[in-house]
Amino acid sequence: MNSVKHPPAGGRASGGAPRTIDVVRATLARRHASERRFRRYGITAIVTALAFLAFLFSSVLVKAHGVLQQTYIALDVHLDAGVVDPQGNRSPDSLREGDYGALIKDALRDAFPDVKERREQRDLFALVSPGAVFDLRTAVMQDPSLVGATRMFWVPANDDVDMLEKGVMRRESAEGERRLNDQQVKWVDQLVAAGRVELRFNSRFFLGSDSREPEMAGIWGAVVGSFYTLLVALSLSFPLGVAAAAYLEEFAPKNRWTDLIEVNINNLAAVPSIIYGLLGLAVFINVFGVPRSSPLVGGLVLTLMTLPIIIISGRAALKSVPPSIREAALGVGASKMQMVMHHVLPLAMPGMLTGTIIGMAHALGETAPLLMIGMVAFIVDIPQGITDPATVLPVQIYVWADSPERAFVERTAAAIVVLLVFLVVVNAAAVILRKRFERRW
Amino acid sequence: MHPMLFLAVLLGLSAFAYQVGRRRSVTVAGGLQHAGTLHSRPSYYGAYAALWALVPALAVLFFWLVFEQSVITEVVLAGMPPEVREVAPDRLNLLVNDLRNLVKGNIVAGHVGPAMQAAAEHYRSLAATSHAALGVLVVVIAAGGLMLARSRITPTLQARNRVEQVVTTFLLASSLVAIFTTVGIALSVLFESLRFFQAVPVTEFLFGTNWSPQMAIRADQVGSSGAFGAVPLFTGTLLIALIAMLVAVPIGLTSAIYLSEYADRRFRAVAKPLLEILAGVPTVVYGFFAALVVAPLVREAGRYLGLDVASESALAAGLVMGVMIIPFISSLSDDVINAVPQSLRDGSYALGATQSETIRRVVIPAALPGIAGGILLAMSRAIGETMIVVMAAGLSANLTANPLAAVTTVTVQIATLLVGDQEFDSPKTLAAFALGLVLFLVTLTLNVIALHIVRKYREQYE
Repeated sequence: MNSVKHPPAGGRASGGAPRTIDVVRATLARRHASERRFRRYGITAIVTALAFLAFLFSSVLVKAHGVLQQTYIALDVHLDAGVVDPQGNRSPDSLREGDYGALIKDALRDAFPDVKERREQRDLFALVSPGAVFDLRTAVMQDPSLVGATRMFWVPANDDVDMLEKGVMRRESAEGERRLNDQQVKWVDQLVAAGRVELRFNSRFFLGSDSREPEMAGIWGAVVGSFYTLLVALSLSFPLGVAAAAYLEEFAPKNRWTDLIEVNINNLAAVPSIIYGLLGLAVFINVFGVPRSSPLVGGLVLTLMTLPIIIISGRAALKSVPPSIREAALGVGASKMQMVMHHVLPLAMPGMLTGTIIGMAHALGETAPLLMIGMVAFIVDIPQGITDPATVLPVQIYVWADSPERAFVERTAAAIVVLLVFLVVVNAAAVILRKRFERRW
Repeated sequence: MHPMLFLAVLLGLSAFAYQVGRRRSVTVAGGLQHAGTLHSRPSYYGAYAALWALVPALAVLFFWLVFEQSVITEVVLAGMPPEVREVAPDRLNLLVNDLRNLVKGNIVAGHVGPAMQAAAEHYRSLAATSHAALGVLVVVIAAGGLMLARSRITPTLQARNRVEQVVTTFLLASSLVAIFTTVGIALSVLFESLRFFQAVPVTEFLFGTNWSPQMAIRADQVGSSGAFGAVPLFTGTLLIALIAMLVAVPIGLTSAIYLSEYADRRFRAVAKPLLEILAGVPTVVYGFFAALVVAPLVREAGRYLGLDVASESALAAGLVMGVMIIPFISSLSDDVINAVPQSLRDGSYALGATQSETIRRVVIPAALPGIAGGILLAMSRAIGETMIVVMAAGLSANLTANPLAAVTTVTVQIATLLVGDQEFDSPKTLAAFALGLVLFLVTLTLNVIALHIVRKYREQYE
């Protein structure tokens, strides 16, 4: 190839200056190497980002899996009539007043008759969850004929025993580093040897509400709270968002004021969410007296937060409706309002709904503003309406993540899995909606 | 659920009014076959009547519900014996709280005397009267509106124009909500901040280097100086945001370049949504990840290297925040890179440049303003991000640039000062609003600049 005499390719071929083609040839290999290197950087960056994603999900899943099971201990409880039924008439009122804690203590004393010392007894009682009392009471109140009998009950073990059985708490670690002392571990081993310890499906986690005791804590209360909060947010932000988008896109004159509104909405979409919490606290709670911690005030704050998202996506959906539709409607004598309401809005609706769903997904995962308005309070009851104190899933995750008990870690992770599942469902709905109804003009 | 019941009744009434209005219009026209003589279609007369039945009653219902509680409280307090009600304002607030709890049947904190019992009884009877009165009033107003509308319906009534006017007003009002939100945010942070600056001078807040917001409850309390110098918070926020940007900008930008310039359609269709998942993960999940996974890893790595890493190091929070921000940078850069006209690339290729040279020397410089705007937006998000730092960064204010030390941020302090019980007269609570004001102004400025740059950039190639 070199045998062919090349014509001068560069500008200055004469004299001692190198010809461009020679420069190109000399540097081409290096340039191609740098090209490949550049490509590799790109691939590396994407792989790194996706590796973070995989690491995030896998570490949450690994931490969460234990929550499906909970350790239970079998106790032979003698339901002494005098203790369970102080009034002696088997009425629910009387059965409710029974001292079930004493029964569980008696059962534990019977199981370990040689534990006499007070301190040791306290350690022994600590093996069973404080929530066992409620289980026992519920069982007796459902079936008053149990009173006076001796039955074997499976009661939830304390979270420390649970962690020991799941292998999270290590037996071999020094006594001071465990939350159970050697004596307690020995008792648990005796119970295991007697077949009195069992891992059972943990339905309480899915059906219960918050508790200070990890083994009694569940997410249902937070799920219901999230539902009510989103219901309020959706029922306010959807009509407002659609109306605002329709006005700005179809009716508003193009002047300085509408420019201001537009800039304003774009900025609101980027305001840190915690600022909305300050707004909710100062305006909704302190000025209007909306009840603190309620889904109502949470929904109002999330409405203001998601409104910009809905308006922006709604305007994009309206813009994508071709002008010919508008002209045709006006041409057959529709008023402007009829043109918008009867023709443009219905055609833009799938896009607007998609935007709304994405906004709601955003609201579902939002935590910071809700901390400001008291939804972080410890709430045991499942909310019955939009003015009851409630908490929401992300806030519940935050509260549990902050709790020192080791057993809350798996509950936090499991609550995260539940939240992510909800988010996947909501986003999938948006994708399906877009695929199903999206129209290309 | 009384208000909901009222709302349901009202909606039912307005549906009835719609039917009445529609029928009436047909009747005044002299039958359906003469409906053409009407100014508007019969359904507009229906809507006209329905609006008359609904809107005034709804307005009354709303204002009644907003003011009901405070009016009743005033009346009840005025009816209480003077020795009970003539106390300091803060005691009075407690009294009102106790009273409302007593009425609701909740557990009451204070002592419940006979005067309180009587007052609660009074409150209950007033509330019952008020609700009954409201019910009657709302129904009467709705019925009155309906009658008025019905009497006004004539063939010449411009029902469509009237209805459209109301709807236009509603649309306009909805778009003004955004303005009210901004004004509400500005005023609420501004007012509480002004109260804060009455107690603490602005200069001390902005330039002081000592932050310890605990106020003394007793005069002899230890460690309760109540210092409000926010500089350590600002530096802490910047430190974490900077670490986040150091992670996010290279990764986000490079992946955007690869996705928009090199990747084939199939790879792009898979990788881009996967990257966007990172943006959809709730921040509280990142917080958990930072506090329970990354922070221990960072500490272990530090111990291995012989470094002393705080358990709530800025590095861990910043790293995770960077991961969160990657998709913002990558999708914004992706947009602007795609907006660079193909002719620029073709010109570069024609001169013999390789693809990477074209990207580095032509595409990126052309897209630079847009990318810079995207980075500013991401920066504003990093500064305003709350949950990651609340869960993974520290609480103590350290004036340091060491990424391995624990620092605190503006958002962390706002959250910790306002979670739990608040008194609105202590500088401790008000300080949160002052920090909020700073945060709002800084992020607003960043956003305005960034959006302006991005908009100018788009115009350049359109």
